[in-house]
Amino acid sequence: MRTLALPEEILLTIEKPARYIGGEVNSVMKDRSKIDLRFCMCFPDVYEIGMSHLGIQILYDMFNRWEDVWCERVYSPWIDADQVLREKKIPLFALESQDPIRDFDFLGITLQYEMCYTNVLQILDLSRIPFFSTERTWEHPIVIGGGPCVYNPEPIAPFFDLFYIGEGETMYRRLLDLYKEMRRMGADRTSFLREAGKLPGIYAPQFYTPHYHEDGTLSGFTAEDDSMPLTIRKELVTDVSSTYYPQKPVVPFIKCTQDRVVLEIQRGCIRGCRFCQAGQLYRPVRERSLSMLKEQAIQMIDSTGHEEISLSSLSSSDYSKLPELLQYLIEECAERKVNISLPSLRIDAFSLDVMSKIQDIKKSSLTFAPEAGTQRLRNVINKGLTKEVILNGAIEAFKGGWTRVKLYFMLGLPTETEADIRGIAELANEIAAAFFETVPKQQRREKIQIVVSTSFFIPKPFTPFQWAPMYPKETYIEKAYATRKAISEQLNQRSIKYNWHEADVSLIEGVLARGDRRVAGVLLNAYRRGCFFDAWSEYYHHEEWLAAFEECGLSIDFYTMRERKLDELFPWDFIDCGVTKQFLKQEWERAMAEEITPNCKQKCNACGAARYGCGICMEPKGGA
Amino acid sequence: MKLRVKFSKNGCMKFIGHLDVMRYFQKAMRRAHVDIAYSTGFSPHQIMSFASPLSIGLTSDGEYFDMEVNAAESAEELKTRLNAVMAEGIVVTDIRRLPEGAKNAMASVAAAGYIVRVREGFEQGVPFAEAVERFQKEAHAYYVKQTKKGETTLDLKEGVHTLSFDQNAVTMMIDTGSSRNIKPEMVMECLYSYYGKQRGDFDFVIHRTETYGRADNGAFVPLSEAGEVF
Repeated sequence: MRTLALPEEILLTIEKPARYIGGEVNSVMKDRSKIDLRFCMCFPDVYEIGMSHLGIQILYDMFNRWEDVWCERVYSPWIDADQVLREKKIPLFALESQDPIRDFDFLGITLQYEMCYTNVLQILDLSRIPFFSTERTWEHPIVIGGGPCVYNPEPIAPFFDLFYIGEGETMYRRLLDLYKEMRRMGADRTSFLREAGKLPGIYAPQFYTPHYHEDGTLSGFTAEDDSMPLTIRKELVTDVSSTYYPQKPVVPFIKCTQDRVVLEIQRGCIRGCRFCQAGQLYRPVRERSLSMLKEQAIQMIDSTGHEEISLSSLSSSDYSKLPELLQYLIEECAERKVNISLPSLRIDAFSLDVMSKIQDIKKSSLTFAPEAGTQRLRNVINKGLTKEVILNGAIEAFKGGWTRVKLYFMLGLPTETEADIRGIAELANEIAAAFFETVPKQQRREKIQIVVSTSFFIPKPFTPFQWAPMYPKETYIEKAYATRKAISEQLNQRSIKYNWHEADVSLIEGVLARGDRRVAGVLLNAYRRGCFFDAWSEYYHHEEWLAAFEECGLSIDFYTMRERKLDELFPWDFIDCGVTKQFLKQEWERAMAEEITPNCKQKCNACGAARYGCGICMEPKGGA
Repeated sequence: MKLRVKFSKNGCMKFIGHLDVMRYFQKAMRRAHVDIAYSTGFSPHQIMSFASPLSIGLTSDGEYFDMEVNAAESAEELKTRLNAVMAEGIVVTDIRRLPEGAKNAMASVAAAGYIVRVREGFEQGVPFAEAVERFQKEAHAYYVKQTKKGETTLDLKEGVHTLSFDQNAVTMMIDTGSSRNIKPEMVMECLYSYYGKQRGDFDFVIHRTETYGRADNGAFVPLSEAGEVF
C-alpha cells in the first residue's frame, strides 16, 4: 500500500480527502529506480476542476508512455488543506507517489485562465520552490508553463524557468532529452535553461529584457545575447490523427466538473470571431480522422467505465464528418448505455434531430451564443449568427418540444451603444414571442424559460481586439443595469431571466491578459496579501488587488482603459502564434468598418497560419 | 438473475465516501463488461443496491451490494473480471446468486462486526479488559443519542451482541440497519465513561469485519449466506 503524505487525522477533517490521495483508476505508478526523470503536471485550481482538463490527460498519457519518464499530477490544495499544509509544515506532494514536488525534475503548470496566476504562487510556495526563476538551483524542479495564457507570458515570466508555447505533443521529448544529457554532463542550471530556450517553441524568460518608453509602453524587448531567438514560434501538431491520445484517462473517485469521456474531434476554429483568442491561437483547423475517433471513443469508454461521452472542439458543427461520427456513437453508446453530450453545436434541423435522439428534451435546453444584441455589433465581432438563424432554430426546437433557451452575450464590446444593449432584450423577447406563436396554448406543457447571461468582454492578446480599450467599472455596472431594465420593458419579460458576471474581477483579468512583466510584482504582492483562488468569487478580494497595484505603483487603467496605438509594441509580440499582426490589424480595421470576414472554409484570408502547411489551409475553399 | 457481491475496502479507499463507492462500482461494471440490467426510461441506470453505508475513515472486509444481471457465467469468472479493473484497496471477495424473492441487501442488514483499535498516540489508558467485563455485568448501558429532534436514549445492552477484548483490540457485533443502528464509537464511548474519560473524534481505527442478516432461526449469518454458490 502507498504511504500517504497527509496523516489520517488530517485527511478525515478536510473536505473531500479524495482530492489528495491519488490511486485513481488508470493513474500510473512506476518504479522510481527504473526511471530517469520525474515530471509533475499541475493544474493550478482545485482537483475537480483540474481533473476535468483534457490537455493534462493527453500529456500525462504521453509522458508515461515513455519508459524513462514518470509523470504525476498535482492540483491546488483547497483552502482547508492549504491551511493545514502551512500549519503542519508539510511540503506539497504529487498524487501518485505522494513525494514532495520539490524533488521532481520538472513541474509543468498549465495556465488556462489568468485568474489562476496567484494559485501558481501558492503551488510554488507550498512546494518550497523559490518564486523567482533566478533564485532556483538544481535543488528545485524546472518550472515550465504551458496552455493558452502563455501566449502572453510576461506578467508571470519571472516565476517560470521556461514556457512551452503551443501544443505539448511535439517538443517535450527533445526538451527532456536535452535535460538528461546536460544533467549527465554536469551542466549548470542556467546553461540548461539557455539551451532549452533555443529549442523551437520554448521561451526562457530570464534571458530577455523588456524596455519601456516614458509613457509606460514597451520600447523594446532584447535578448541577453545573439544566440537566443528573438521570435518564439508556437509549436503545433500537423497531423492530429496520428499522434498521442490517452487510451486510459484517469478516472476520479469523486464527482468532477467533467465526469465523462472527452473526445477531441478537431483543433482550431474556422469562424474567426474577433473577440475569441482560441479561434486565433489554434489555427489552422485540423480535424481528426473518423477512424481514429471511432477507435478512441470505444477505447476510452471501455477503459474508464464513464457513463457519458462528450465531443470537444470550439465548434463541433464545423467538423466535416459529424453526421457519420454521431451515427456511430449513437449506435455504440445505446448498446453500452452511455450518454452523449454535445456542447458547442449550432442549433439547426440536423442538431435538433440528433439531440432528440440522445437527450431528454424536457430536461435539456437550447444554447445560443449571439454574443451581441444587434446585427451591426455581430458584424463588428464577426459572429456569423443572424437573428433569422436564431429564430428559425428556436422555432424548430419549440416544435420539437424544447422550452428552455439559454442566450449568451457580452457587454462592453468595442463600438457598443445603447441600441446594442436594447437589442439583447429585444432578441430574447422575440424568441419568447416565437414560442407563443409556434406552440398553440393547449400544447404548451411547460412555460417557456429564457435565460440571458452576459459577461464583460475582456480584450485578449492575439485577437483583432487586442487594441481595444476596456471601460471603467461603473460603466460595466451601468451596462448590466441597462440590460436588466431593457429586459424588464419587454412584453414577454416574465419569461426572461437575466444573469450577469461581476465587474471587479473582469478589470483585473484585463490587466493580467495584456499586462507586461512589471505586473508580476503586483501578482506577488496580491498573493502575499492572501489572494488566491481568485477565480472563485467567494475568495476574490478586490480591495487587496487594488492595494497591490497601489503599492507597486502600477495603474490598472494604464493596462485596461488605454486605446492602444496601431504601431504599439506589445509585450507578447515576440511570440509568433501563426496569425500575423498585420492580419489582426486588418481585422481590427474591418471590425471598425462593421465588415464581416468569411470563414476559413469559404475563403482564405491569408492570416498567416498556412505557414504550418496543414489542416484547412491545405484544402480547397468555397464551401459553406 | 440477482447477485449478491461481497467486497473489501481497505487502504486509501477508506477516504472514499459511500456515494463515490457506488459511482465507482457503476463504472467498474462497464470496465469489466458485466451484463448488468438497466432500469427503463430515458436515462437508464444500473440495477444495483448497497447494503449498509460505511462511514468515511473506516475499512471493511464485509461490504455488500446486490445487482441484477441479464447473464453471468460462474461466480469465479465474474469475480476475476471485476478484480481485474479494481482500484488498489477494493477487492471483490465473493459473489452469490440470490433465490427468487430474497430480501434485498439493505433490508436484510441486521448487525455488523467491528474491530476497534485505539489510534497510536491517542491512548487514554482505559483498561479495556476490565471495561468489557463491566459492560457484560451491567444490566443496562444507556446511551444518549443526539438527533435532529432532540435527544433519545437507547440501551446499548439490547443491541450489542458480542463484545470482547483481545490483542489490543475491542471486537464487537452490534445492531446495524434501520431498526436500531449502533455505531462502534457509541460502545467505545460507553467503555470510556466507566473511567470518566471522553473519546475524541480520531481516537479509534475501526474495521468492519462482516455485515450480518438473520437466518430463519434468528441466528446472525453473513449477508452472503442468503445466496448460493454458482
